[in-house]
Amino acid sequence: MSYIQGETGDWEIVIGLEVHAQVISNAKLFSGAATAFGAEPNSQVSFVDAAFPGMLPVINEHCIEQAVRTGLGLKAQINLHSVFDRKNYFYADLPQGYQISQYLQPIVGKGEIVLDLPDGSSRTVGVTRLHLEQDAGKSLHDQHPAKTYIDLNRSGVALMEIVSEPDMRSAEEAGAYVRKLRSILRYLGTCDGNMEEGSMRCDVNVSVRKPGEPFGTRCEIKNVNSIRFVMQAIEYEARRQIEIIEEGGKIDQETRLWDTTKFVTRSMRSKEEAHDYRYFPDPDLLPLELEPEWVEDIKKTLPELPDDKKARFISEYKLSPYDANVLVSEKARADFYEAVAKGRDPKLAANWVTGELFGYLNKAGKEIEESPVSAENLGGLIDLIADNTISGRIAKEVFEAMFETGEKAADIVEKKGLRQVTDTGAIEASIDAVLAANADKVAEFRSGKDKLFGFFVGQVMKATQGKANPALVNEILTTKLKG
Amino acid sequence: MAELTHLTMAGALDGLAKKEFTAVELAEAHVKAVETIRPLNAFITETPDKALEMAKASDARRAKGEAGPMEGLPIAVKDLFCTKGVLTTAASHILDGFKPEYESTVTSNLWRDGAVMLGKVNLDEFAMGSANITSHHGNVISPWSPGEVGNWSRQLVPGGSSGGSAAAVAARAALGATGTDTGGSIRQPAAFTGIVGIKPTYGRCSRWGVVAFASSLDQAGPMTRTVEDAAIMLRSMCGFDPKDSTSVDMPVPDFRAALTGDIRGLRVGIPKEYRVEGMPAEIAAIWDQGIEWLKAAGAEPVEISLPHTKYALATYYIVAPAEASSNLARYDGVRFGLRVEGGSLKDLYENTRGAGFGKEVRRRILIGTYVLSAGYYDAYYNKARQVRTRIKWDFDEAFQRCDVILTPTAPSTAFAIGEKMDDPIQMYLNDVFTVPASLAGLPGMSVPAGIGSDGLPLGLQLLGRPFDEETVLRVGQVIEKAAAVTATPPFMA
Repeated sequence: MSYIQGETGDWEIVIGLEVHAQVISNAKLFSGAATAFGAEPNSQVSFVDAAFPGMLPVINEHCIEQAVRTGLGLKAQINLHSVFDRKNYFYADLPQGYQISQYLQPIVGKGEIVLDLPDGSSRTVGVTRLHLEQDAGKSLHDQHPAKTYIDLNRSGVALMEIVSEPDMRSAEEAGAYVRKLRSILRYLGTCDGNMEEGSMRCDVNVSVRKPGEPFGTRCEIKNVNSIRFVMQAIEYEARRQIEIIEEGGKIDQETRLWDTTKFVTRSMRSKEEAHDYRYFPDPDLLPLELEPEWVEDIKKTLPELPDDKKARFISEYKLSPYDANVLVSEKARADFYEAVAKGRDPKLAANWVTGELFGYLNKAGKEIEESPVSAENLGGLIDLIADNTISGRIAKEVFEAMFETGEKAADIVEKKGLRQVTDTGAIEASIDAVLAANADKVAEFRSGKDKLFGFFVGQVMKATQGKANPALVNEILTTKLKG
Repeated sequence: MAELTHLTMAGALDGLAKKEFTAVELAEAHVKAVETIRPLNAFITETPDKALEMAKASDARRAKGEAGPMEGLPIAVKDLFCTKGVLTTAASHILDGFKPEYESTVTSNLWRDGAVMLGKVNLDEFAMGSANITSHHGNVISPWSPGEVGNWSRQLVPGGSSGGSAAAVAARAALGATGTDTGGSIRQPAAFTGIVGIKPTYGRCSRWGVVAFASSLDQAGPMTRTVEDAAIMLRSMCGFDPKDSTSVDMPVPDFRAALTGDIRGLRVGIPKEYRVEGMPAEIAAIWDQGIEWLKAAGAEPVEISLPHTKYALATYYIVAPAEASSNLARYDGVRFGLRVEGGSLKDLYENTRGAGFGKEVRRRILIGTYVLSAGYYDAYYNKARQVRTRIKWDFDEAFQRCDVILTPTAPSTAFAIGEKMDDPIQMYLNDVFTVPASLAGLPGMSVPAGIGSDGLPLGLQLLGRPFDEETVLRVGQVIEKAAAVTATPPFMA
């Protein structure tokens, strides 16, 4: 538990998240219009999305399947009976004058998400519910000095709203929650988790309390669109609330915005100004009834999810929880690792993937999918270490070249003549030369200055441009120095 | 060619088949009739060119031996159905200039079967009304109005909301018309104008492309001069539509084949709760007469109870406005129809909706918004939903004991424009007999049963089990034949 130090003592932050995740689907939730990102404004709009008179919504079965798949991935209860409601409010980019959503009877009930914290520990956060709803269009206020333009491409796109319990207690936990949720959604293929394109957005509920006391009044920070902002907004908001309470004030329940330029939260509307959405069941849609067999069939197609994969990596490959975590956080990383580890020393493979590879990728700002070194080629490099063709040290040099050129390890070793020297004759000759050139140091060593052993190794490696097999060097040097 | 406009659909199909006249001739006669009845203000948009063009195509199909079930029959379309390229107004100022890029499923089905469009007929604004006096395009006058045309001694209402449809069919300007019924909007105007109107089971007709009033209640249906014609037209209108999630995937029967006239042994439910206080003697008498006719045809009347009937009207006037308040939110001046500019988005909304919606529509939006509001939701909307379920159960139970239910359609004959208008509740009471079946989603039909002491038509209503329109039509035709109403409106094309 991490507390915030205030004037009057420790404060605990209580955080709940509502994540809006855009469903991966070619068509919208209630119409056949396309959903691709970045299309010409108003080029992906059907008469249903534009709410023309007499138009009716028809549920897109694929979106339902995606929601159920997500629910199963969150180990949540799937509600075989759920209801679509109308959430009524007026806005220019909401053509129907209501959003079709799910209110009292969502498609998915209680589930959970296990957070993997930086110290390697885990913590379970409850998921309250997941429901399906339509996205609104987009208002463009910067196209004309006096007018607002409306782009309805997004209008009607399917969103999953995933609501957490108020179970998180720090910005780090909230960050871990969003990362883990995104990872699960990507594994499932139900949301691309791309926060920059807006396919995942967070509403953050923050309150503070003295440890052990009941929940305080919360504020909701709307539409935060990156994990970094989520964490910053929580930090700021918690301190703002603590300050108000410690100065004798009280928190007003309200909706706030995260100002991404000033790094503060700002009031958007108070509780009094809150909309009365007048939810009622949408009479254009019948209640959604799912067959248990259909849900079972979806369950059978679920991929191995991060938690299970992590457990398997720990037991099967004997990896540390930390390494396993790093590897399973993205499916592409885990797949890459498993391809490298296949038939090789799994720990050595993990070290190379999480160490050199991730380090280089990070520096280059590249995703694993864009890695110049393929899993096959990294495996080839590890094979060269295993069969003593090159030493670990040389391997790092080879890797650098591989990352630059994309070439195979063996080719680089050949071209650069980096093959390890295992010929005892050649090594002996080098050692003899080093010992002859450093007779004084040999004498010092023999009179008890053991530390000089490293010096001789260094000299030999230098003489062989690092290519001498280190084990052989040690062995022969020991024998020779004993005289 | 006046006689062509006095044909029934069945008769016209016969004449076309026997080549006694062509679809073009039939259409020309009706185009002229539409012009003749202009004083009634039944049409918002006349489409004579389209009618003739469609009739020509119809004759060509017939010549190739590809005649559809409604081949060449000229009909009017309630202006609540979206018709591609043809002005669609819902009788509201707010849809000014709106020409849809799409055709409603129901009208598409009709054109597929060969029907010919004469134009778009008037209605209460957004189908909200029982007298066709809330249209932005003016009142519709019933062809039954006494006195000189255009200088009537009493301007009678045709009923509503499908008042234009009723007036056009009764005045012989169309062989039939589409209507929509949310709480009685097909049945009540049919009764007021002496024609047949059937609202099928909720889900029979697709709502796709029909401007929505109250989605859980809205249902399209035909308005014709005979039960047989209703059977013909209903068959073409019905059918599963994947574009409407509430449309039902069931085979559409040949309703005409159900008109056997044989109702022996059929149990006819007479709901005691419909004998409302203050029911005019004449209405009670025609109801009793209906029971006698059916008895004479071999049916067995049984008294039934629908105990929650007294809550139906209140329930309806919560559920329907609630849905309407949401359905009409899309008319905001942003994308189509009327737009009255303002300095801010809020001003744009207020200016557009203030100018675009009439008084009754605004009233219902306010009622609907109120009953869905936090703090009132449970007392009104939720309670109304619960009562609605009870009303359904009432019918379920009743249909254990009977096969069809007989009631009056409306509590009075047509009234004059200006009457009942200061008190909306008085106006809402018109729907007292039609609303319960709407809430339960059941098929209901009004059949002409006689003429009242004021010389105006009286209708009887038949209600059936879900998807049992066949029994409703069969029994309806027995009443139609027994009543043998010969009186016609004083003003006809």
